[in-house]
Amino acid sequence: MADIVIRNVRKSYGKTEVVHGVDLTFEAASFVVILGPSGCGKSTLLRMIAGLEEISSGEIAIAGRVVNKLEPRERGCAMVFQNYALYPHMSVAENIGYALKVAGVPKAERRARVEATATTVGLGDYLDRKPAQLSGGQRQRVAMARAIVREPKVFLFDEPLSNLDAKLRVQMRHEIRRLHQRLGTTSVFVTHDQIEAMTLADTLVVMNQGRVEQVGRPSEVYARPRTLFVAGFIGSPPMNTVPARITAPGVATTAAGWTIEFEAADFRAPFGTDVLVGIRPEHVRIVAHGGHDLPVEFTEEIGTGRLHHGHLAGVPFVVHEEAGPGEARPARLSVQLPASHVHLFDPETGLRLDAAPTGTATRALSAA
Amino acid sequence: MIERTPILNAITHVIMLIGVVVAVLPIAVVFIASTHDFRTVNMVPMPLWPGDQFFENYARVWEKADFGAKMINSLIVAVGVTAGKIVIAALSAFAIVYFKYRLRMVFFWLIFITLMLPLEVRIVPTYAVVADTLSPFRTILDFLGLPLFVPEVNLLNTYTGLILPLVATATGTFLYRQFFLTIPDELAEAAKMDGAGPIRFFLEVLIPLSKTNMAALATIMFVYAWNQYLWPLLVVTDQDMATATMQLKKIVPGPLFGQPPIWNEAMAATLLVMIPPLLVVIFMQGYFVRGLVNTDK
Repeated sequence: MADIVIRNVRKSYGKTEVVHGVDLTFEAASFVVILGPSGCGKSTLLRMIAGLEEISSGEIAIAGRVVNKLEPRERGCAMVFQNYALYPHMSVAENIGYALKVAGVPKAERRARVEATATTVGLGDYLDRKPAQLSGGQRQRVAMARAIVREPKVFLFDEPLSNLDAKLRVQMRHEIRRLHQRLGTTSVFVTHDQIEAMTLADTLVVMNQGRVEQVGRPSEVYARPRTLFVAGFIGSPPMNTVPARITAPGVATTAAGWTIEFEAADFRAPFGTDVLVGIRPEHVRIVAHGGHDLPVEFTEEIGTGRLHHGHLAGVPFVVHEEAGPGEARPARLSVQLPASHVHLFDPETGLRLDAAPTGTATRALSAA
Repeated sequence: MIERTPILNAITHVIMLIGVVVAVLPIAVVFIASTHDFRTVNMVPMPLWPGDQFFENYARVWEKADFGAKMINSLIVAVGVTAGKIVIAALSAFAIVYFKYRLRMVFFWLIFITLMLPLEVRIVPTYAVVADTLSPFRTILDFLGLPLFVPEVNLLNTYTGLILPLVATATGTFLYRQFFLTIPDELAEAAKMDGAGPIRFFLEVLIPLSKTNMAALATIMFVYAWNQYLWPLLVVTDQDMATATMQLKKIVPGPLFGQPPIWNEAMAATLLVMIPPLLVVIFMQGYFVRGLVNTDK
């Protein structure tokens, strides 16, 4: 079991800084997912932990030991790459056992460990095959077995599922989760897929443009996004954000004249300030009458329900309706925005207008 | 794109047949000439059907040129040059592709520029160095005023002297570099994560992966080294060190005025000298084809 502590880590290539001072602590045995769009520095951060990239400044410690100057092999990390990076000329068994061979593990013990590991990932019958003869999912399993067999202190996953088709991706996701539950090894998983991130993470780290936007449990990040970026990135379809002005305590009014109530105690939004009102499509309530009137432009069927698309105060506004007897293609809807699900953001800084910033929020703030 | 046009097919076949005739006809003439006796081969026109002197001609020329010993000389030189080239080319390409250091591109271009300088261009200085291998060091020491004794090492008439100047190769380095660049970076990173150092990665990952590449390079270089004529001619003065190609010259009609050319023997010798590189090409071809079939990344 090893914890990972990242202190004010920066990375620059020449004059361009791509990671701007990240502070994070990953508890031992936890499953951490770093989520962000491409180019946000998440892979760079992972590669700095692995030792494949130099750390420009700051410090990374694994199990209490600063690893800045250590070679990758001395850090006790095993990594699973996006394109698997299997050795094409070696059989599955040789691929899995290569790290052990390099470490000088005797042949008999090596074979036993390779076989045991291959069986746990369901590759027992494929030990003599070459990677070229395996399917994508099987190659991914070999890559995982190669990481598992070394019994590392930390697993690092660099978008390992993005080359798989949708069905396999879900299956492998479950296998990774199961694996973590069995082995309990600290794992860091990088992805740009929010579903993967939400489902796998004990701790979710959302990154954008080389900065940490928010750290927290997935449910917490979903329920209280700390910035507009997180609000838009987590959740599908993304949160609606509508410009409005505070017109009374606990009331914001949009340009279209909608009055939206919010929990006044939760937000620091004085009278007259401009805000962005956020509400998730799945939290908008459709009522028979008496709500706000929303003209519907088009409707998408998504199986579990429908997505009604319209515009409010000049910005797109999406409503998610649970599957039910509702009209398939309504021309207009009457909607209510429950106060407990309304978020307020500062249109200038993009920050959530929290009355009392949470612990994770302050940590992220100082990181930014 | 696959087209189904019988006329076009016929035309391409005709062109191909013409190509085959152009390529094969000279060799056929060489072979036919080598099977006639001295009188028949000098007739005009020469018969275009093989004669009955095949075994006599080949046996005689084998004795006359001492091919038994000379072919072994050639083989040693060719294998030495091929092995040397492969090792040096792989190592220098490894250094250029996988290590980040100052002046990396300068070194690459220095190697690449020598690609344009064949041995013939630098033959005088190369000869001078081979004749007295340590002379550059002596010059430097003299220039610095250090009175150190440098022994004279003469590599003329040795295998080393025949092989070493032919070993440095820009072509091979370039070939390996291009191949190494196609290997995904993740493979090197995976090896790093697995704890393999650079030497291990080179020996256990890069070398096995470049087998096809190596077979191609070995074939080209073997033929190149076997066919060397000018360099052995300069370095070898001792008849025992002569190579097979050098012997050819001795079979072809001598310089004496009025001596008729013994073409039947010359042609027989030519074919004999061609056989080893031909065998190498045929044998290595199997590896090319296998390499091409197995190219799943």
